[in-house]
Parts: sequence; C-alpha cells; structure tokens
Amino acid sequence: MTAVLTQPRPIRLKGRSYLALTLTPELPFEDWLVRLDDLAGRSAGFFLRRPVVLDVEGLEIDRAQLRDLVGKLGTRNVRIMGIEGARPSMLGSDLPPAMSGGKATGDIEEPIAAPVKEPPAPAAVESVAEMPAAPLPTTGAPASLVVTQPVRSGQSLFSEGDITIIGSVASGAEVIAGGSIHIYGTLRGRAMAGTLGNAAARIFCRKLEAEMVAIDGFYKTAEDLESTLRGKPVQFWLEGETFTAGSLT
Amino acid sequence: MGKVIVVTSGKGGVGKTTSSAALGAALAQNGDKVVVVDFDVGLRNLDLIMGAERRVVYDLVNVIQGEAKLTQALIRDKRVETLYLLPASQTRDKDNLTTEGVEKVIGALRTHFDWVICDSPAGIERGATLAMRHADIAIVVTNPEVSSVRDSDRIIGLLDSKTVKAENGERMEKHLLLTRYDPARAERGDMLKVDDVLEILSIPLLGIIPESMDVLRASNIGSPVTLADERSAPALAYFDAVRRLKGESLPVTIPGEKRGFFGKIFGRKAA
Repeated sequence: MTAVLTQPRPIRLKGRSYLALTLTPELPFEDWLVRLDDLAGRSAGFFLRRPVVLDVEGLEIDRAQLRDLVGKLGTRNVRIMGIEGARPSMLGSDLPPAMSGGKATGDIEEPIAAPVKEPPAPAAVESVAEMPAAPLPTTGAPASLVVTQPVRSGQSLFSEGDITIIGSVASGAEVIAGGSIHIYGTLRGRAMAGTLGNAAARIFCRKLEAEMVAIDGFYKTAEDLESTLRGKPVQFWLEGETFTAGSLT
Repeated sequence: MGKVIVVTSGKGGVGKTTSSAALGAALAQNGDKVVVVDFDVGLRNLDLIMGAERRVVYDLVNVIQGEAKLTQALIRDKRVETLYLLPASQTRDKDNLTTEGVEKVIGALRTHFDWVICDSPAGIERGATLAMRHADIAIVVTNPEVSSVRDSDRIIGLLDSKTVKAENGERMEKHLLLTRYDPARAERGDMLKVDDVLEILSIPLLGIIPESMDVLRASNIGSPVTLADERSAPALAYFDAVRRLKGESLPVTIPGEKRGFFGKIFGRKAA
C-alpha cells in the first residue's frame, strides 16, 4: 500500500533547549536520599512533573546501582528524563537517555523560602508548569565553532552558535548550528542552521553540492534546489517563511 | 621498530587484498622484512592471492586465543624470503578478535618486522576497526566512483577518531591509493576524475593503479601482481607507490595519459 501525501507542507524539525533541574546524587545514596526526602518533605510536590536530569558524573557506580537509584527516585515521584555523565555501558533501553552539553544556569532556589504559601492542589500544576519556563540563560552569544579540517562522511557537528568550516563537508556528513553556517569549501552533505529557532540564520558555502539544507526547520533537499546554483558559491536565508537561495557571485 | 600500515577502504571489492599483497611483496622485494596480516576473519582471501592457501595450519585467531605461537602461524613466502603472511581464520567468528589480543600480536610483529601490513575487511565493524586501531600509516584504497569515495571518506573520519594515534591526539598519516583506474572509461567521462577524488578526500595520493587483466591473472595463479609480472603496468604502479611510501618524491602519472607531450609533470598534492 502506498500512502499518498496530500499535504504538501513538509514536517518541521527543530532543536530546542529547555530548562531542567539537575540532581547530583552523592554516595552513599541512602544518606543522600534521606536528605532529599527531607527537602521534599518541607516542600511537597517540588519535583512533581518537573523535568529532572540526573548528573552522575564522577560517581563510581554500576548499572544496577543506577537503575536502583532511578527506581527509588521514581517512588518519590521524581521522574528522571535524562542522565548526564554516565558511561554508555551504564545506560540501557530501560534507563532514561544520556544527555550532554548542558550549561549551568545557577542553582534553583528551594521553595523553602515561602513554605506557607503552598498553593492549593489545582493551582499547583499551573505554578509548576510555569517554573521551568524561565528564560534561557543570556550569558552573551553562544560560542561559535571553527573547524579547520574537512567534515567526513558519517560525522556530525553541532554548535549552539555559528559554525565555520575551513574545508569541505562530505556527502553523508551533517552540520547543525543554532546560528549560521559558513563553509569555505564544498558542501556535499547536510547543513542545518538556526535550529534553535533562529530564523535570521544563514548558510554560506563556496561550492554547493548539498544533499539537504535547512534553516529554522524549513528545508530543501538536493532535488528541490535550483540546478543553476549547483557548483556555485551560494547562500541561503529565510524571507518570512520562504526558503531563499542566492548566488554569492 | 617496524611501521604498521592498515590497508582499508570501507567498501568491498575495491582492491584492498590485492593491494596489501602487492605492496607487501614490493616492499619485501626491496629487501625489507614484511608481514601481511589478514584481518578478514571468516572471509579470508589473502592466502589465495599470495598462493599460500595449502600451507595454512594456524591463524590469527589461534594466536590471539593462545592456541598457537606467533612463529607457528606465520607463513614464509616461497618466492621472496623476507615476505610473511599471517592468515585469518576461515571458520571462527570475528568476535574472537579481542582488542587486547590484537594489540599483543601487532606489538610482537612490530619488533620482528620492518613493515606490518594489516589487510582490513570491508565495512566499519569490529574487524575493520581492529585492523586500523594500532596503525601508524593508513592506505585508503578507493575506486574512482562515488560510492567508493564516500565510503573512503567515512573511513578517513574513523581513522581520525577511533585509532590509538587519534586517541593520543596524534595525526594518522594517510595516503590515497586509487585502484582499478580505467583510462578508456576515464576518456569517456564514465569515471570520477583523479582531481575530483583528491578534492573530496583531501589526502595525499600514493599512486594510481590501472585496471588490468594482469591483476586477475596474478590472483588466479596465487601471486601478488608485483611478483607475477614485474614489468606489467599495475606492478610498476605498485613499485612506484612503495617508493613514495618510503618517502621518495616521485610524480604520479595517470595511466593512459601521454606523458612528456607538453613536458608536463604531474606533481600532485592533495588540497
């Protein structure tokens, strides 16, 4: 059976960062859990429905211990959405996925400061949902990445800022940036710019042979690209919701 | 201490085994002590190409599992006495290749030989990553054709990330060996041009081996092409490649091109 695509609108794929709480357990876990219970006891529902990441960096524990800890947190209504700093061997399909590249946004205050103002049950959901919506840290522009080697097939580069590549991007390689992408070579693979929701991002390359280019979720595959641009220096940008390409010569 | 070379490509059928045998034999013909190691456990071919298939008693897996000594498994070539073969196992599973075992064997070979040539299996799985793991030099065998070039590019990425050299922050020396180059097809434009391949892969060119019946003939009689007919075009190209490998700066000629017509010298460098 063949599915007929009636919707010409393509699916938009985007990357996005969210604010999550990070718990850093300490050994022995029993003592640490007692302290956690103490905190939770003073502020009921603090972890309820919050996205929580478990940071186990530097802890000498094995998979069973990790699974046990996640389970024990689960019984306390702390749902772990991801694990940071774990060796790949420690993670399996039964554990939350590995997370990396997180940035500190300072300590989240314990709600102990206002224990009296415990919101009533229905409002609790509301306030908890509001909390993680705090703006992303604005510690200046995200760092840009400069690569002085060719990006080989099968490799994937990611930066929240701009990416500059002095060399070519091979067929089957991908470059994903929160900002713009500059390629001083041939783009044969995929380039995705503005993936964190930056519609002003652009893609530049010295020679266009791309498999796919995308800005802020709008994309074009090699087939959709104008054949006159092939092999030329080209830039891509968004004009409103229109994916635009122009020769750089 | 000898140099460890991995002959790799990603794609199958491009000429890794032929090139491993030919380069190994050419180095040995110059008097160097050479061992060629077959890493293609389960699909070994190097013994056939080198005409030693009836002399295999022990193999690489036997040595790694401690069932045989290294000296028992090494087969000395009957034509060139400084050329040895360490065959792969045809019956065992490639999971028998352990990282520690391979490290030990390569370490031992390195002390006894000038050159240890590891003939990698196709693909990017265990056999291929173990074959490249301890290499000092990589020879990337590529056909002038898009799928081969892309697979080679993938392999170069792995050479720069999954080898001991890369993990120590050193740079792996990489060379491109363009094989099965057909001047007639190149003339018709049915093949990628040499310059296009070099531009995509951007590693230095070690040599261009022409597509030739001599290669087929040599493997049918179980002889590396450099031994079967020293004057054949592919043999000469392999001899030149070996001289470049040893540091000589020799211009690369494209097979079928009239040299000297404009007094042109093809001193080729990667971009």
